[in-house]
Amino acid sequence: MTRVLIPSGALGLGYDADALARGIALGVDLIAIDGGSTDSGPSYLGRGVSKYARASTKLEWQGLILARAKAGCPLVIGTAGTCGSDSMVDWLVEITQEILKEQGLSAKIATVKSEQPALRVTDALVAGTISALPAAPEISADIVNGCSHIVALAGIEQISAALQTGADIIIAGRTTDTAIIAALPIMNGINPGPAWHGAKIGECGALCATNPQSGVITVDFDNDGFTITPLAEGAHATPHTVSAHMLYENTDPFILYEPGGHLDVTDAQYTALDDTRVRVTGSIWHPSTRYTVKLEGARVAGYQSIIMVLVRDAHYVENIQKWCDDIIAKHCEKACARLTLTPDDFSVELRIIGQNATLGEIETRESTLAEVGVLAIVTAADQETAGNIAKLLNPYLLHHPLTQLEEQPTFAFPFSPAEIDRGAIYEFVLNHVMVLDDPMDAFVLTVLP
Amino acid sequence: MTQIRDIAVKVRSKNAGPFWVTIDIFCGSEPAFDQIVKSLSTDRVASLFQCEVKTIKRFDIPSLNVVKFSFPRPHIQGAVSDRDMHGAAWAPLLAELDLN
Repeated sequence: MTRVLIPSGALGLGYDADALARGIALGVDLIAIDGGSTDSGPSYLGRGVSKYARASTKLEWQGLILARAKAGCPLVIGTAGTCGSDSMVDWLVEITQEILKEQGLSAKIATVKSEQPALRVTDALVAGTISALPAAPEISADIVNGCSHIVALAGIEQISAALQTGADIIIAGRTTDTAIIAALPIMNGINPGPAWHGAKIGECGALCATNPQSGVITVDFDNDGFTITPLAEGAHATPHTVSAHMLYENTDPFILYEPGGHLDVTDAQYTALDDTRVRVTGSIWHPSTRYTVKLEGARVAGYQSIIMVLVRDAHYVENIQKWCDDIIAKHCEKACARLTLTPDDFSVELRIIGQNATLGEIETRESTLAEVGVLAIVTAADQETAGNIAKLLNPYLLHHPLTQLEEQPTFAFPFSPAEIDRGAIYEFVLNHVMVLDDPMDAFVLTVLP
Repeated sequence: MTQIRDIAVKVRSKNAGPFWVTIDIFCGSEPAFDQIVKSLSTDRVASLFQCEVKTIKRFDIPSLNVVKFSFPRPHIQGAVSDRDMHGAAWAPLLAELDLN
């Protein structure tokens, strides 16, 4: 049996310290936690930064380092610093060394870096060893070369290699959420079906149980299956909460693709052992003939400035779409003339908050509103141009009348200056897999001195 | 007129990676599941979300009383034209759909 403790769905979300202590007291073979995902958008990978405050990361990571020292088992984090770039691995190493020094502890640290030089990816494009996943955008060498960061998602092979160094703390760049949990049981000879399935169920911590924000769970792996145990007071796993977790953020609730194969849980059986623990059996792993890793890449998509204006005048609230359309047309003409631009050089969007800002054209509901917000989004090739276009938009948003017959209206700006420069904005451009002859070919394992 | 939200326990939508969105209808009971499966065609879902029906993956899961739809995001997560970073707002739109 191999027992893995998962403190929460991500470092930075918080975990229940009492539940963690209870788990450590049970005896665990590994503490594994995820550090991120693409879910917060392309800016984090684009810039190679974390979404969480350093102070939160340090506090929570310190709690896990102390728990690890007590348990005497390895601690592994995947997708360090939200995006798993090399810069974020270095950032977490620095935090780790700070903590060890402050706590008077020592630990052997290994890192797995996942960042890809563009040349490796463009070579693979030429060699035909890159394949598009469903709904992938078209790519080219130019697009790959334009990425500020490209990462590959490590699987169990790279994490196992790090565990085999005897490291106490493993800080990995981008990995699949599951690989950091599945690596040890599979290394210990456990059947990969239950290992991957238990890892998938456990990867978000107690999200697979009631009281999901309590965080801490253990997954006990054996050859026939695995058992999920939430550790917080009042948290219960049921066959429903556990099996339903396969739905979460998955396009297919029965199949999960990972480096080196896929998991099929169509015939899995979920059984309540008591009112807290659930046992799962019958999950099957199908190895693939080629070893592939998924790539993620982000590049600059432009620079933005935004303005928010609040419209409370009932006459304008009623005619808000017409008002916006009119402003867009007049402003576009003026911006082109005064800044020597063509309409293709920039975009301006006015999203009507209170009407359809979240759903756009597919919104079905209409309602009568006291007020609407208009969020103006200007995107251009550089920040100076975006800022200037927004400055030209400012007088319209403040004073534009619906007709020439009415007195000049004034609308509510919540801020001064009204324009807010957002800096570079990024976009995801890769949804592809790359074939590797050896799983370590695209990853760098280092044991720190 | 009965809407999905009147009989389902929960409808949620979320990214499944930056290129896909997935929507889960937790029906909560077998009768609610049967009613939703029977009266919610994939064509209507495609028309609601203005996407092509052939791009929608549908899973009717009786063991969980869940109906699940996954389809490519009309705008890649975080693209200039994207309005909803986490894919949160497809759920309320579907929840407010009238059942036949």
